[in-house]
Amino acid sequence: MAEFRKVEFSAEKISCSTNPISFDESKCIGCHRCADVCQCDVLIPQEKGKHPVVMYPGECYYCGCCVIECPVEGAISLRHPLMNRARFVPLIEEQKEG
Amino acid sequence: MYKWPYENKAGMQENVSCDVLVLGGGLAGVNAAIAAAERGKKVILVEKGATVRSGSAGSGFDHWEMACTNPGCTVTPEEMTYAYIDEQDHYSNGISHYIECREGYDRILDVESFGGKVRDTEGEFEGAEFRDPETGFMYAYDYKSKYTMRVWGSTFKPAYYRQLKKLGVKVFDHTEATALMVKEINGKKQGIGAVGMNVHTGKTIVFSSKTTVLTMSRPARVWLFSPDTPGLCEFRPFQSIGSGHAMGYKAGVEFTMMEKSVRGEFSAAGRSYPAYGTGNNHNTWYAATMIDSRGVEIPYVDRDGNELKTVSERYQPVEGQKFFLKGGVIDEPKYEYRGPETLDFNTLIERGYKLPFYADLSRMPDTERRVIWGMMVGEEGKTKIPILKNYTDRGFDPTKHVLQSYGTGWQSASFLDQERQLFGAPGGIITDWDLKTNIDGIYAAGDQLYASDCAGHAITTGYYAGRKAASASDSLNLEAFDQSFVDAEMERLLAPLYVENGLDWREINMAVAKAMQNYCGGIKNDDLLKQGLALIEDIEANDLPKVSCNNPHELMRAHEVMDIITVCKIILNACLIRKCDSKPLYFVRSDSDESKAEAETGYITIYQENGEVKSRVIPHDYFGDLKSEYEKRNADYIAERGAK
Repeated sequence: MAEFRKVEFSAEKISCSTNPISFDESKCIGCHRCADVCQCDVLIPQEKGKHPVVMYPGECYYCGCCVIECPVEGAISLRHPLMNRARFVPLIEEQKEG
Repeated sequence: MYKWPYENKAGMQENVSCDVLVLGGGLAGVNAAIAAAERGKKVILVEKGATVRSGSAGSGFDHWEMACTNPGCTVTPEEMTYAYIDEQDHYSNGISHYIECREGYDRILDVESFGGKVRDTEGEFEGAEFRDPETGFMYAYDYKSKYTMRVWGSTFKPAYYRQLKKLGVKVFDHTEATALMVKEINGKKQGIGAVGMNVHTGKTIVFSSKTTVLTMSRPARVWLFSPDTPGLCEFRPFQSIGSGHAMGYKAGVEFTMMEKSVRGEFSAAGRSYPAYGTGNNHNTWYAATMIDSRGVEIPYVDRDGNELKTVSERYQPVEGQKFFLKGGVIDEPKYEYRGPETLDFNTLIERGYKLPFYADLSRMPDTERRVIWGMMVGEEGKTKIPILKNYTDRGFDPTKHVLQSYGTGWQSASFLDQERQLFGAPGGIITDWDLKTNIDGIYAAGDQLYASDCAGHAITTGYYAGRKAASASDSLNLEAFDQSFVDAEMERLLAPLYVENGLDWREINMAVAKAMQNYCGGIKNDDLLKQGLALIEDIEANDLPKVSCNNPHELMRAHEVMDIITVCKIILNACLIRKCDSKPLYFVRSDSDESKAEAETGYITIYQENGEVKSRVIPHDYFGDLKSEYEKRNADYIAERGAK
């Protein structure tokens, strides 16, 4: 088996123009379930009992599984970038001629 | 700078073994693993994310196509598969679609027994035209032939995951499969397992197996990339980029239709909106009422252009038509299979309809409105939170608001011709009737197969491949692997850790995507393709080794870009091999050689042998008579299900 020189791992938050995931610190119990289920692995735990860091926000695929699996309602929320906010308006009555 | 919370095991190696190894934990993978474990096999499943919610359907899916053996359906599996093959001008996977038609309902009953929801047990839609009062099954699109079922797909992945655990499948989550191991045995190539890396710890894992099932979806991020929001630049999960294709190609697996790409249809990074999040009347939203900016309703017409008067008629074939085709990859079906549709865009503009258009669900019957907004939007992947919950939180109420449609069609997207995707039944692995690849011991299912589509296809082919791989494992042995191969793979995987002040993986992905847009766009020719290939090879040789990473997560992204480069080479070479235009494959050349048209009518394949690109042409109907070929090979399964 080949030998490999040990390199210390580190992580830097790769910021991007959007902030997909936010936590309500008053509700989050720090169970890290969101980090466990995220298939893109964008959430990296730091402290036990505290919410993970959104280390790779640009890599979020906006599936919403972190919210679906969170045991506390409202502890985590997901938001699409502003450019993706589809517009809705009140019902439009058909305008009759004359 | 943050600390890395997981143990550092880079350079360490763990060896494990099993009868059946499944690579990829989406719908196809979990079903392959379940099928093999049910047959008493020792099974390992390898998944890059977390199996409980990973894959395209991790957050859900809303309809199950081609479940022809369900009790309500009036179309036979043969009628449906042949219609599909005809609709796709014979560039369709007869074997996998027949399996889908034949076994879909069995898998629906399976997932229900695991705890997934497949019928309206609470009577939420009682009295609806699409709901069978006896069974509680809910049908979609064509209410007469009933081959498509609405399902609560958000309950499925956790149900499958529990079943995997119950059956004793060993799941390696957060582990990327990176290379297939093959060995020459009695002069024939055989798959003997795979190498992988834990994306938290960096540990290498060697999986020895008697048989291996590839279920790693299809390539992405080939033409489309956004360095700012890479997670939004494609339709399928961000990390599903065709690593299965790359490792298969390197091992000698045979692919077909890799020259097919279509003008982009979905992404959410700029050119379009989140899938299912705009007013439209396709797929999940079929058959929503659409209006123009004046509030005038946009007419639905039947295939002969007759305006339909009621909402109910949008869900019925015309008199004399047995069924119509509708679903994920069906765009503009042939007359024979065409269902109701809104008037085409150009006619609408000619007749004075004014943009913007909106979906107005308030004008629909209560059950039809609630099933689109609340069930389909809610159960379809990526809709429960980002669409249903967030729009509701913003105040959207489908009885009080209309939702805008964008662009000039219904996709709410407007891509350029060079912004392409592997979409709409694209290329992939070609197999025999056992879903076995050209290499003994290696099987494929789901979106890794050519001309694949949709969840029902992934589930049924996954289960089928798992069953066949289990049975084949009986007569195969665990083979010793070559440690020097593993050493070389580890060196490749860990190399970016030793590069200081190097390039970010995003820079390479962006350069590759731009190269593909420039050299392999809408219109191709030999010179362009050759220069594209030279450029990709130059990036691979000279720039890729400069990529630098600080942890296993970043390594995983770097490995993905390495695989995307391999996929580009498959695509460019496949495009070079086909010399004549092909309409069904959306393949256009400025130097099209029409004299080749006849010889190239069929599946052109591509594979590697001793480092050389090889190819052959396989006739369209190579799978033979569907019913008899299937029954010949599945007597045991038919008896087993009959007994149930």
